[in-house]
Amino acid sequence: MDPKTLRYAETHEWASLAGDIVTVGVTAFAADQLGDVTLVEFKKPGTKVDAKGSLGEIEAVKSVSDVYAPVAGEIVETNDAAVNGALNDDSKALATDPYGKFWLVKLKVAPGTTLDHLKTDKQYAEQLAAEGH
Amino acid sequence: MAALRTPLYDWHVARGGRMVEFAGWDMPVQFAGVIAEHQAVRASAGLFDISHMGRLSFGGPGAEALIQLVWTNDARSMEDGQVRYGLICNDAGGIRDDVLVYRWPYGWAMVVNASNRTKIVDHLEAAKIGREVQITDQTTTTAMLAVQGPKSVELCRDLFEADPGGLRYYHAAPTRCNGRQCVVSRTGYTGEDGIEIMIGGEHAADLTDEIVRRGAVPCGLGGRDTLRLEAAMPLYGHELNEEIDPFHAGLAWAVKLQKGDFIGRAAVAKAQETPGRQRVGLVLQGKRAAREGCAVVTGDGRPVGVITSGSFTPTLQKSIAMAYVEPEQTKPGTKLSVDVRGKIEPAEVTPLPFYKRAK
Repeated sequence: MDPKTLRYAETHEWASLAGDIVTVGVTAFAADQLGDVTLVEFKKPGTKVDAKGSLGEIEAVKSVSDVYAPVAGEIVETNDAAVNGALNDDSKALATDPYGKFWLVKLKVAPGTTLDHLKTDKQYAEQLAAEGH
Repeated sequence: MAALRTPLYDWHVARGGRMVEFAGWDMPVQFAGVIAEHQAVRASAGLFDISHMGRLSFGGPGAEALIQLVWTNDARSMEDGQVRYGLICNDAGGIRDDVLVYRWPYGWAMVVNASNRTKIVDHLEAAKIGREVQITDQTTTTAMLAVQGPKSVELCRDLFEADPGGLRYYHAAPTRCNGRQCVVSRTGYTGEDGIEIMIGGEHAADLTDEIVRRGAVPCGLGGRDTLRLEAAMPLYGHELNEEIDPFHAGLAWAVKLQKGDFIGRAAVAKAQETPGRQRVGLVLQGKRAAREGCAVVTGDGRPVGVITSGSFTPTLQKSIAMAYVEPEQTKPGTKLSVDVRGKIEPAEVTPLPFYKRAK
């Protein structure tokens, strides 16, 4: 996916809406900051989450981080198998394609859901700059 | 207060070190990555800036008696050039710090934890009243580097006037590097062979460049932590604190009760006879890390301990941890569980260390 067309949460997730499905991943910045990642683990399909609720966690050597839902929805698919398979060979795999192959969770959202409350590519870049990155 | 910077701060930033605050210092947590750095130390050689560690020197006729008074190990039986590990305890037998003591023909030196430096200096200043001892804190004027890994001694062979290969383990020697005074010791905190170097701060960047040019991989505190965890070396503030005594920390070997009196001796002797939670190693079945503060529970959910350090570790490819658990749960093979963020992960008590290098 083209990072320029995505929307971003302050907590470093990206989101993309197609029909009633929102695909969620972490940003390249977040993937780089995580460093060596050992495991990702997400809640089961069928789980309903609120906006800003935890979708699961990313376990890195130095830390464990929650991945938050940018919008409310029901988990319909997770990408654990592909991501963990790649991580077994390379602990930095997530950072190699965070907007493509290594998306994390797909959420089914209510009709009329938009991503307008999230940051644009430019606004997210401004956030990173303001945080000193 | 702004964090302190070691003489290598600019070097780290220029090399892409990811800087974090640690114990009041701006330190690199990683360069290329924790796993790569960890593996470089196990397989070859890595270089660490450990200038944040406190470096104190002691002179005067009362120095030996002062060290004997505050330290659990025996200073008197050390020979010149010897380095020894021991603890500084409080009156209740709790651990104020774990330190290395160096004996020189002309005095003594001590390397203390960064997080405890001012506390220990204050403690020493109070304990030395009435004694003829001068204590100098050299931390901010000098640098300290660690070169660790099986190739580190070979790699530094002709870097100093005295060959570090000639040093026995836990021995040190004053020498010169490019005409500059330094101290080299055969010590470390990674479970590998290696050396630690103390040198004037203004010479640190040149020396670091040279060691890296010879093939040592720049490493940060992240790798230092996973390396010491595999080697089961305690870290102050995690496995050790003012409420934990040396016996329950598994450090009885660093206490010499028969050497004579020292601060905390009576309480430490009593602790030896008192049942309480003890430090153990745990290997988890899954890959999730049991991090500090996670509860250790029995099969039926009874809390019997708490994790003090834990990580997925690169050499062993397992999730390992150190914990304090009830005395009846300390036997290797004991099945326990760890509550990792609400999910119970099976674990087993394992003999320490997790990793021991081939001799």
